Amino acid sequence: MVTFLNIVIAGLLLGGLYALIAVGLSLQYGVARVANFSHGEFIMLGGLTTWTLHTGFGINPLAGIAVCGPVAFILGYIIHRTLFKRLFASSASPAIFESNSMLASFALMFIIQNIASIRWGPELRGYSYLRIPVNLAGAVFGANRLVTLGFALVIGLAFYLFVARTRMGKAIRAAAQDPATAGLMGVNIDLVLALCFGFGAAMAGIAGMLISLCYPVHVVMGQEYTIIAMIVVVLGGLGSIPGSFIGGFVLGIIGSLVTHIDPGLSLVAYYLIFVLLLLVRPTGIMGR
Amino acid sequence: MTAARFELRKVWVPALLLIILLLLVALPYGRPGYTVVLVYTILMYIVLTMSWVLFSAPTGYLSLAPAAFFGVGIYTSATLSMKLPLPVVICIGGLASSCLALLVGALTLRLRGIYFAFFTFGLVELMKHFVLWYELKFTGTRGRFLIPVDNNTIYYVMLTILVALLLTTYFIRRSKYGLALQSIGEDEEAAAHTGVNVTLLKVITFAISAVFTGAAGAIWAIRLTYIDPYIAFDINNSFMPVLMATFGGMGQLYGPILGATVFSYLREILITRFPYYYMLLIGTILLVAILYLPNGLVGLIQRWHKRAPGGQHANT
Repeated sequence: MVTFLNIVIAGLLLGGLYALIAVGLSLQYGVARVANFSHGEFIMLGGLTTWTLHTGFGINPLAGIAVCGPVAFILGYIIHRTLFKRLFASSASPAIFESNSMLASFALMFIIQNIASIRWGPELRGYSYLRIPVNLAGAVFGANRLVTLGFALVIGLAFYLFVARTRMGKAIRAAAQDPATAGLMGVNIDLVLALCFGFGAAMAGIAGMLISLCYPVHVVMGQEYTIIAMIVVVLGGLGSIPGSFIGGFVLGIIGSLVTHIDPGLSLVAYYLIFVLLLLVRPTGIMGR
Repeated sequence: MTAARFELRKVWVPALLLIILLLLVALPYGRPGYTVVLVYTILMYIVLTMSWVLFSAPTGYLSLAPAAFFGVGIYTSATLSMKLPLPVVICIGGLASSCLALLVGALTLRLRGIYFAFFTFGLVELMKHFVLWYELKFTGTRGRFLIPVDNNTIYYVMLTILVALLLTTYFIRRSKYGLALQSIGEDEEAAAHTGVNVTLLKVITFAISAVFTGAAGAIWAIRLTYIDPYIAFDINNSFMPVLMATFGGMGQLYGPILGATVFSYLREILITRFPYYYMLLIGTILLVAILYLPNGLVGLIQRWHKRAPGGQHANT
């Protein structure tokens, strides 16, 4: 029973991270229509920046959020404003923009990875922070992992409320449905799309900071998280924040269950879920 | 006038191709080993790019699976090359890849658009993890060694694969089957309504394109001499064909070939000159190409041709 509880809680802890990453990608693809294959690289940047701030300057990793979030946001915003906006304007149709922006994101991935490897090299970077055991109904977890889940939930909820309740949130939802019409209705579409891309990058940066609390980070970690984000986005339904969280938790629990049986097979298990889902319900759990 | 030019085209295009082929066949004689290695590396990228183009260009489905097929070819070669003769190994490598393609295609090619790209992107990682898990669990090894073969053999095998691929592409393009594929890319629903069995056609073409990628992987493994899952299933082998084809321009059949040749040569130079910055340089070149060369090198050539005096008829 305790093992079962262990697996479920570990899954939820992992799932929070997955959800946060997926919300970011879901924004970038669902609203800005950029299938961002460099999403994981922003996660990597967040993780390694936090590591440098903590080990090099003695800054509390949790305070790293004040650096990683805004910096990733500005980076994402600028990238959208300079690169994707141009592509959006020069592409004849949404389908062409989709493939062009995907190609541009490959190029971004190369560039970011290379810059990071010049700066940080290929080593695994880890540090120890808040590794205090906490007892949860018989199952024991590190406080750092609980903090991770807490942050993911708070950010997810805050963003959900932002999209659901504010004027800008309404503009984002309108842009997600139909950018051209939203533009005609007076939504500053360039701003909204760039903001969404920036928010997606910021979430990736923060997720990277949270990952660095629990696991060692390194330059080529991004790709794995990009794949997980894509699976969760498809699982939860594109563009749905609650869907991303449900998808993240489902994937997290499956991941921790399979890791319990054979650690080498967790990605294989994710893939089986992915295939099953695509066959049974390609729109995802919360998709329309 | 038009008819005469058409006749002329019919003569000089095959003649030019034949001359290029003969030059390529004669190339290894009296050349240093490095040239041969460089040229078969370029040929390998042309094979990867053209087999990607065979499926993705007409249908519009962006596949990121080449690295998975390539890796399957590599592993086929690694497990069988000591037991069977080389041509058999290469054929089996191609067939094994196309079996994977059939399976993946049957599962996912009913889906439209981005899901297919997402799925194939992860497929490479999946294969890497699966093979790694299998090797550690059942064979107790992480990597495998292969017996090296001389460079000229690798060269001629690669050239043969390329010629077979180009002939296949040519005949598919000219056939009824190629037209049906094109119609899927234009409008899948309309294609289905005119009686094209879209899913079957997509799956079969996907499998055909995987044959050549797998075969190229099987011979490439011998050139590598040591392989492990990380080397075999390198995601860059999925990106390169896409980027090379885009760089060349997919409007014409020669575009991706040109793109792959220029880009892979550039890549070799950048890797040797700037080993620490080459990804950065490649990424930048790509961004510039995506932004300023929407139709790739072919578009550039066509534009340039139009501007040149007397070249007005070039595109008619």
